[in-house]
Amino acid sequence: MFFTAILRTLIGEDITVELKNDLSIRGRLEAVDQYLNVRLAQVQVHTAAAPPVLQLLHGSCTVRGSCIRYIHLPVEKVDTELLQEATRRVAAATKETQTMK
Amino acid sequence: MSFTVGKGQLEEPVELLRIALDERVFVKLKGDRELVGTLHAYDQHLNLIISDAEETLQKAELDEETYEQIVRQERRKLQLVYVRGDTVFLVSPLLRHTGTFL
Repeated sequence: MFFTAILRTLIGEDITVELKNDLSIRGRLEAVDQYLNVRLAQVQVHTAAAPPVLQLLHGSCTVRGSCIRYIHLPVEKVDTELLQEATRRVAAATKETQTMK
Repeated sequence: MSFTVGKGQLEEPVELLRIALDERVFVKLKGDRELVGTLHAYDQHLNLIISDAEETLQKAELDEETYEQIVRQERRKLQLVYVRGDTVFLVSPLLRHTGTFL
């Protein structure tokens, strides 16, 4: 859920999703769920050898989270200090719940 | 069960990543990919957020005439990326100045 929250802060921004089959899809981030499935709008496919079907695709699409390798994030929209702080907090919290078990 | 790095005691494997936050890390990924970059976020699935990264991709090709295997390396810079945890094999902190392993 932590990464879902991180990605949700980038809703409305342009991101590039790189899939495990080397396809790169650029679009505006519309929604993210708990599985890190990602919905994109105004989609452009960047791989030269993209299948023709995808070339025609200009609308929105949903990418299954498990197919994703990387998501390229806009540098100017992410506060890395804040991310590290949040990561430390989440790590401490998960450790606490684990020791309680 | 615990292991130590420096003075701090680490009780769990992922705690090594907490120490590596804001430091350079080496990440080995599925499909002969490697990343060296600065770690900013992680979770228990080893999802990562890494900045100023260099990705090295090893490609093995067969020479058509001699049938020798040629290993080619492709490199590219990644400014800021989320890396999905299921492709991660290992994460290792690098020493700050030398870039060598801890």
